[in-house]
Amino acid sequence: MSKALVLAEHDNRALKASTRNVVSAARQAAGHVDILVAGSGCAEVARQAAAVAGVEKVLLADAPHLGDGLAENVALQLLALAGGYSHIFAPASSSGKNVLPRVAARLDSAQISEAIAVLAPDTYARPIYAGNAIATVQCADRVIVATVRATSFDAAGDGGSAVVENLAPVADSGLSRFVGREVAKSDRPDLQAAKVVVSGGRGMGSAENFKMLDPLAECLGAGLGASRAAVDAGYAPNDWQVGQTGKIVAPQLYIAIGISGAIQHLAGMKDSKVIVAINKDPDAPIFAVADYGLVADLFAAVPELLERLKK
Amino acid sequence: MKVLVCVKRVVDYNVKVRVKPDQTGVDVANVKMSMNPFDEIAVEEAMRLKEAAIATEIVAVSCGVGQCQETLRTALAIGADRAVLVETDVELQPLAVAKLLAAVVEREQPQLVILGKQAIDDDANQTGQMLAALRSLPQATFASRLRVADGRAEVTREVDGGLETVSISLPAVVTTDLRLNEPRYVTLPNIMKAKKKPLEVLTPAALGVDVAPRLKTLKVSEPPQRKAGIKVPDVATLVSKLRDEAKVIP
Repeated sequence: MSKALVLAEHDNRALKASTRNVVSAARQAAGHVDILVAGSGCAEVARQAAAVAGVEKVLLADAPHLGDGLAENVALQLLALAGGYSHIFAPASSSGKNVLPRVAARLDSAQISEAIAVLAPDTYARPIYAGNAIATVQCADRVIVATVRATSFDAAGDGGSAVVENLAPVADSGLSRFVGREVAKSDRPDLQAAKVVVSGGRGMGSAENFKMLDPLAECLGAGLGASRAAVDAGYAPNDWQVGQTGKIVAPQLYIAIGISGAIQHLAGMKDSKVIVAINKDPDAPIFAVADYGLVADLFAAVPELLERLKK
Repeated sequence: MKVLVCVKRVVDYNVKVRVKPDQTGVDVANVKMSMNPFDEIAVEEAMRLKEAAIATEIVAVSCGVGQCQETLRTALAIGADRAVLVETDVELQPLAVAKLLAAVVEREQPQLVILGKQAIDDDANQTGQMLAALRSLPQATFASRLRVADGRAEVTREVDGGLETVSISLPAVVTTDLRLNEPRYVTLPNIMKAKKKPLEVLTPAALGVDVAPRLKTLKVSEPPQRKAGIKVPDVATLVSKLRDEAKVIP
């Protein structure tokens, strides 16, 4: 029977939702799905993973040198288990993308990056050329290694009752050392999980002006995103960047404000259900993908939008 | 310290590619080709290490068809000292490229290998990580800041939650993210100088690497097309459309 191992995405305290979407993908590819939780002080994550529907077993590797997601160590943990699996999946998050290719290379497997559909246990669809083309690829390797685009799959629900098995963690490879992190704290929902995203571009003009989007996002319960141009100019932090090489989002509603709509930005949001664009340039490429386009000065339109939404 | 920079020749980032009607691939005939933007950032970073007297030699390497020489000449014009082309007409996928680069790393013994985090054609984001694993080297991906000192590199990385910093021992592999640096323009005098810099051509066979592609592409299709949208005259109409037509706001 084919067996899939899903690398859990977590922060040592809680399981991230994207893991559930990858479990759904894994269930389409294989008859049996296990989750690996590799971290430090992460027993609670394993407990949450065990409640995910459709999961047989949760493997828990708990050690200080696994606590910060160092790719060299997490990859070794996966490799220690790889012999028992036909599929190894991870979310196409910055951690999944960081870790999985090391596993693929050591298994001599061709990795499939950012799978958006499972067509058969060995056949996957994935975006190329910034999502302007979809490639359907077939892999003949013994172990199929894939990162999975979470927004392309439904999240597996609760109701699971998997067994949690403690593993002896692999030794610290000693190749790298974690120094620190700067995680922006925000009241806004996670950009990739939010049902609504309000996103600002270069048209916002300054970091101060960008804050104008806060009340709008608050009113809509939205996550906040940004174009590359806005991040490069310092108007928004890097983890707000939506695009080909930033975050891929697919909310119910995406409001692009002062964003011109470069190919690379569209790659990150064109699967949104409804797209709204507000831009003073009637020829901005964003209008080609927008369901509703408003040619207007955003400094007038955004406050008015907020007013009317509050009514 | 020798730095190896890996560059890929890709469809220029401004080109909106079209899928061929027979679904065998993307139409790249007569399309403008350029150095992968992330690889330009890699070459620039290597140059800055040289200007800071940390790097003593920069070797640019590329794998692929003969025209990759043009991409390597660009790297030489930016300031790399010499170039290596591993020439083949076989479709190269990341695992094969990683193996070729591993062989070049074995030959060249660089202290640092810098690659772009992903190529904008296949968007795979694998090669650097695979190379590091094949050579049992540490890696620092999606770098937005790089400091080299005392046989180690301290790298700040752009991750989903913000920024993360790791310290890795050298030799190591680093992949670049957008904000690591802003690449310099290539000047005409440097383009002329580049013509005289050494460019060595190798083959996969000479390096003992089997580059046959592993993933079989069954088809390449267009993404789902969005329905054409409308322009609304004012905010009031926008709100009413979102509420009553699209029903995405309460």
